[in-house]
This record gives sequence, structure tokens and C-alpha cells, in this order.
Amino acid sequence: MKKLLLGNEAVARGLYEAGVRFVSSYPGTPSTEITEYAAEYDEIYAEWAPNEKVAAEAALGASIGGGRSFCAMKHVGLNVAADPLFVMAQTGVSGGLVIGVADDPGMHSSQNEQDSRHYAIAAKLPMVEPASSAECKEYTKIAYDLSEQFDTAVLLRLTTRVSHSRSPVELCDRTEYEVKPYEKNPAKHVMMPANAKKRHVVVEEHLAALAEYAENCPLNTIEDNGASVGIITAGNCWNYAKETFGKEADYLKLGLLNPLPKQMIVDFAAKHENVIVIEELDPVIENHCRSLGINVVGKDVLPICGEFSEELLKEKLLGIEADYCEIGAQIPMRPPVLCPGCPHRGVFYTLSKLKLRVSGDIGCYTLGAVAPLNAIDTVYCMGASISSLHGTVKVRGEEDKYVSVIGDSTFMHSGLTGLVNVVYNGGNTTTLILDNSITGMTGHQENPLTGKTLKGEPTPNLCLEDICASLGVSRDHIRAVDPNDLPALEAILKEETAAKCASVIICRRPCALLKSVKRQPALVVDESKCVGCKACMKIGCPCISVTDKKAKIDASMCVGCDLCKQMCKFGAL
Amino acid sequence: MNIMIVGVGGQGSLLASKILGKAAMDSGCDVKVSEVHGMSQRGGSVVTYVRFGEEVYSPVIGKGDADVILSFELLEAARWLPNLKNGGTIVTSTQQINPMPVITGAAEYPNEIVEDIKALGVDIRAVDAPAIAREVGNERASNVALIGLAANVLGFDHEVLRNAVASCVPAKALDINMAAFDKGYELSK
Repeated sequence: MKKLLLGNEAVARGLYEAGVRFVSSYPGTPSTEITEYAAEYDEIYAEWAPNEKVAAEAALGASIGGGRSFCAMKHVGLNVAADPLFVMAQTGVSGGLVIGVADDPGMHSSQNEQDSRHYAIAAKLPMVEPASSAECKEYTKIAYDLSEQFDTAVLLRLTTRVSHSRSPVELCDRTEYEVKPYEKNPAKHVMMPANAKKRHVVVEEHLAALAEYAENCPLNTIEDNGASVGIITAGNCWNYAKETFGKEADYLKLGLLNPLPKQMIVDFAAKHENVIVIEELDPVIENHCRSLGINVVGKDVLPICGEFSEELLKEKLLGIEADYCEIGAQIPMRPPVLCPGCPHRGVFYTLSKLKLRVSGDIGCYTLGAVAPLNAIDTVYCMGASISSLHGTVKVRGEEDKYVSVIGDSTFMHSGLTGLVNVVYNGGNTTTLILDNSITGMTGHQENPLTGKTLKGEPTPNLCLEDICASLGVSRDHIRAVDPNDLPALEAILKEETAAKCASVIICRRPCALLKSVKRQPALVVDESKCVGCKACMKIGCPCISVTDKKAKIDASMCVGCDLCKQMCKFGAL
Repeated sequence: MNIMIVGVGGQGSLLASKILGKAAMDSGCDVKVSEVHGMSQRGGSVVTYVRFGEEVYSPVIGKGDADVILSFELLEAARWLPNLKNGGTIVTSTQQINPMPVITGAAEYPNEIVEDIKALGVDIRAVDAPAIAREVGNERASNVALIGLAANVLGFDHEVLRNAVASCVPAKALDINMAAFDKGYELSK
């Protein structure tokens, strides 16, 4: 039976068919749905871990425990999981182990545009990359065979367009694999120098065997159209190349990105007058070709930054410009905004009003940085709000001017150790934990603070107040407040930023998009009282506009959060 | 066939793309549907690509390449107009949602978008989709009403498309959605 599956859904189907028993991940766009779909299979145990390092280690443990296991993350998650990743090549596996990593060329939902292929090279792990949903499923299954055949973890690389596009997939049955017997083998699994030195030699042997496999494997294929142009490409770029060149080129499509074949590429290049390497982000394949003495067209013509398209290839490689029309009027941008009723809105309004410098973090609430709230000074990476602010304040000594702001899930991901550092080293910064009872940005995933597991089962929900107290923050300076109660929030902020010790303010109100949050009746403007002062506009709510000096509320969008009502001095709302 | 579904995050473009993808599959075509998840969904400009035919590779549609643009919001129709193929069709809702730069006064929502597009010789069909959906019982069925309005330019057999709608919408909202689809289709004739 054929079904139209999202790339990520097809990876999950591949996990199911490959007999995978264990999945542990942390959500991150564009990888999130793999784990959500995997959790729908009763045969697969699937969980959200607090972060990618924990998830990858749990998956490694499940593999050593004898079952096929998996872990998914976005590209920056791989930075967090890099420590266990590098050791996985050395220890090898028992049950097959695959790490899925989804890159985001074009940065649709990310803070950088890193190319994860470098990790495969650095960690000495094989990496496969599919180009369609059908390949997502097939390559996932092949990755498990490679993992067990070559005794190594395998990286499955995806990109946004493959993860988030749907195409037809043929469904097959699941193959069950018994959990392998546990064997104590310290020489392979205790990575102290004496053992690790021997394992490094084994890793190199595995890589050499894989390099041989790369020369003649089902993942690397040639399409011979008898053309003089030869294109070497991989993943989604192959799709763009096919649309651009059709039968006017020959293709070497690489499904195994590490190690790359040598002889296969040399032979392919020898048959073509022009060889073009089409790859998004860094020139990994191109540099490999050049190291083989092959002169190729690549990043001299195609960009390193941003994602590719058929349109871009036609323009850069064939000199064909698109034919299109547009209207003369200026079209305003439509950047993403905090949703109507978002519990973060009142926080950023108040921080902006108090002119506090804000060290931000990764999540929906990063949108507190944009107009009209303009509240956030810095956003770096998961957890950095707390740890980087500590450094800033140590140098500048103006602790009452700064706060850090972090979401509940991000705090559990990597905010804990930052807060420990503040307390341990006598910092006196104020940390706001925005607890909206869910992992919001990636589309509502449970986390250790929500009381539910990925599979929807009840679990003890950790208490933020207790966690912060146990990390050493004084109970007197752990405050909880409803962020929509603006006067209370402002008062607490003033007190805690003035305090000469580490303090935590928990801003607690559930995400307005949660099904459990009841929508209140939309607010109505009393036009007889509205003077058109635009005070209600300061909170940056997309429901409010002012026309002809009267505020207007879009009743179809307004969820009745009442925040604008608190802004109006004339009782017009 | 290249169809773009454009609108504002939260307007139901994911469901619309699922419906068109299913209809394409059921028509025996190769198909690719490309979606947007994550940050850009939050009230931002959202675009979904649906491509089908004998063989489809690229999941996205470039400038001058869309046969049909299905637009849930007027400004978005104007934004994505450059992606329309010469001779293509835009079916748009006349619904207007102000983007933040307009709300804050940093930019203006252009007047007369439909007239401007018509003046370029483009086949644009503009209808109040939310009004149609309200008429059959729920404004949230606007996206399906718009699919009904576009039914005769999307390139599907009518029954195949109608069945795809029926199988993709939530079961509890089936009647309203089918009514919205049929009403939209009626009005397009």
C-alpha cells in the first residue's frame, strides 16, 4: 500500500519496519515529528528526554542493551549531543544505533545554518542522506543494517525540505529482532585511555571497510543519460538538479555522505567534460573531489549561504532568469508574532517598560525581541540566557539592570547548570522562567514539568520552585506570578532585580494554544470611550488595530486574555 | 501541476495541503507537498507547495512557476504573485489580516490589491471565503470553502477532490466542511 507521508513520518515508519524498540529525543524543528510519529507505534518505546545529550546517551545505552535504538535532533541539538556522538564510533553497538539529525538550510526555524556533515567526518561515523519520503524510510532501514554490519552508530542526515515534505511511500511489515544477549566487554565499553587507544585502531579499520563499501553500494547510484555534463549531488539537491537538467545531464547521486567514494567519483568525472557539484551549505563533496584532483564547478558559482531551489540552479548554472510579474505597491513584511493570548506578551511588555536589559533564550518567546516589544538584547543558544548573563554581570556589576528569560522546557534542557553556576559563584542575577506548561515553539511537546510523557501517560511533574531551591536559590527569592497580572509582575521584578542575591521569578500561565485553555469571549471596544491613544497597541497584539482614531479588535482572533484592558486608562475595553 | 497555498500562520493551510495531496495521490499521480513548521508558523506568512504529475522531484515552486495560487489572505496573494506562471490563476479570500508592521504603523496595507493584480492581466478570483464558511455554520471552514471555489482550476476530477476533503477534515466537522466545499464550488460556476 502506498501512502503520502511526511519525510519525518517516513523515517518513523522506517524505524517501525526496522524493528526499532527504543527512541529518545529532544524536540527541535525540523526533526520533531520523527519521534512523535514513532510514539504512535505500540511496538516502539519512545520518550522525550530533557536534552539531546541525554537522549543520545539513552539511545546508546538501549543499543548496548541489545535493542535497535534511535535518537532524533535538529542540527544544533547535535552540538549538545556531540560528546556521546564521538564516543559512539569507538564503542560500537550491540543493537543497531541510528542518530537522526535534521539540518535547516535557509534557517526557517533556527539560529544558525550549520552543516552536520562535518560531524560525520569528525566523529568518524557513517552518514546517509535521503532525498524523498520513500528514501527516508528505505535509508533508515539500511542505516540499521550498516550499523550492525560495521559495528558503529550511523548518522541519518535530513534537511528541512525533506523532513517537511510529503511524498508517496510503499509501506512494508515490521521485522522483529530479538534483544541481543548482554555481554560485559570492558575493552569495548570502558573508554579509558588503554582501551580507547585500541578502539581507535578498530574505528579506522571500520572506516576503511566502509570506504570500500561506498564504492559499490545501493546508496550511491549513477543515472547515465549519455550527457557531457556530470552532476554530483545528494539529498534534496538531487531533486533540484533533476528539475533543472532533466535528461541533459548524468547524475551521481550520493546517499552515503561519509565516507565518500573515491574511485566511483574519479571514474564518473573521467567520463564528463563538465562536472558540477550541487550541495547546499558547505563544500564537503566539492572539497573531496578537489582532493582527488578533479576540477569541478561548485561554490565558485553556487552560494554557501541559504537553501537552493530549481530557480536558483537555473539562474546560476544555466543563466535562465524566471519570468514573473508583481504589483507596484510596497508589500509589508509579515514576520511571526506572539500569538493572541500568549502568556509571554505581558512579560516582555513589562521588561520593556522597566527598561531592563534582557538575556533571552530559544523558544517562542524569542519573539519578544521584535517590534513593538523590542525587549530582548541577546539570544545565543539553548540555556545561554542564564549562563551568559552571569558573565556579563560579573564584568559590568550592574545586576539590577539585567534579567535572563528562559522557557520551562529550555530551563530543563540546559538552564539548570547555568543557574547552579550563578548560585555557586555568588552571582546575583534574576532569572525569569516562563512556564507555559508545554514545549511551545516546536508544537506542544510534553516535558519533565508537564506531568505527562510523550506517550501521554501520567508521570510525576517536577516542581520548578523545588528545583530552584535545591540548586541553592533562597526560597525567599523564588517567586511565582501570573504574567498577565501586570502590576504584580512589575512589583516582583522591581524587588528581585534589587535583591543582592540570585533570584528566580516563575511566570506561570499555560500556552494560549493548549486545548485545555478555554478561550474567553473576545473583547469589544467601547467607541464612546476610546480616544485613539494607542496605549493598547504597546503590547504588540495582532488582534488590535487603530483606524480613524478608534481601536478595533478582531473578534475572530481575540481569545479574551484581557492584557489590553490593563493598558487602557479610559475603560474603553 | 503546481499549486501554492498561501496565508497567515493558523489559517489552516496544513489541512488544505493535506487535502490536495490526497486528491493528487488518489488521481494516480506522483506528488510532493512541502509544509512549514516551527517559528514561521506563529502568525507569519506561510506558504505550502503542492506539486503533482507523472514525475515530481522538487518540493518547492519558484518564481513564475505556479499554475494556481490559493490564497487565504489578500496581502499574501500579492506577496506571492511573482510565483504565478504566465496564464495561471489566483483564487483568493478577500480576508485581510494586518501584519505587525501595519499594526504598529511602520507600513501600510496596500489598497486595491485585487484591482492591481487584475490590471496586470492576471486571472484573479477574489471572494469572501469566511462569509461563505459562516453561512454554512463555522468560519473555520474558510479554507475548505476556498478549495471548493478553486475546484475547477485545480486539475482534479471533482469527485476525487470531494472525497479527499471528506477523508482529511476532522470527523466531527465533516458536515460543515462538506457544506463549505459544495457552497464554494456552487459559487465558482
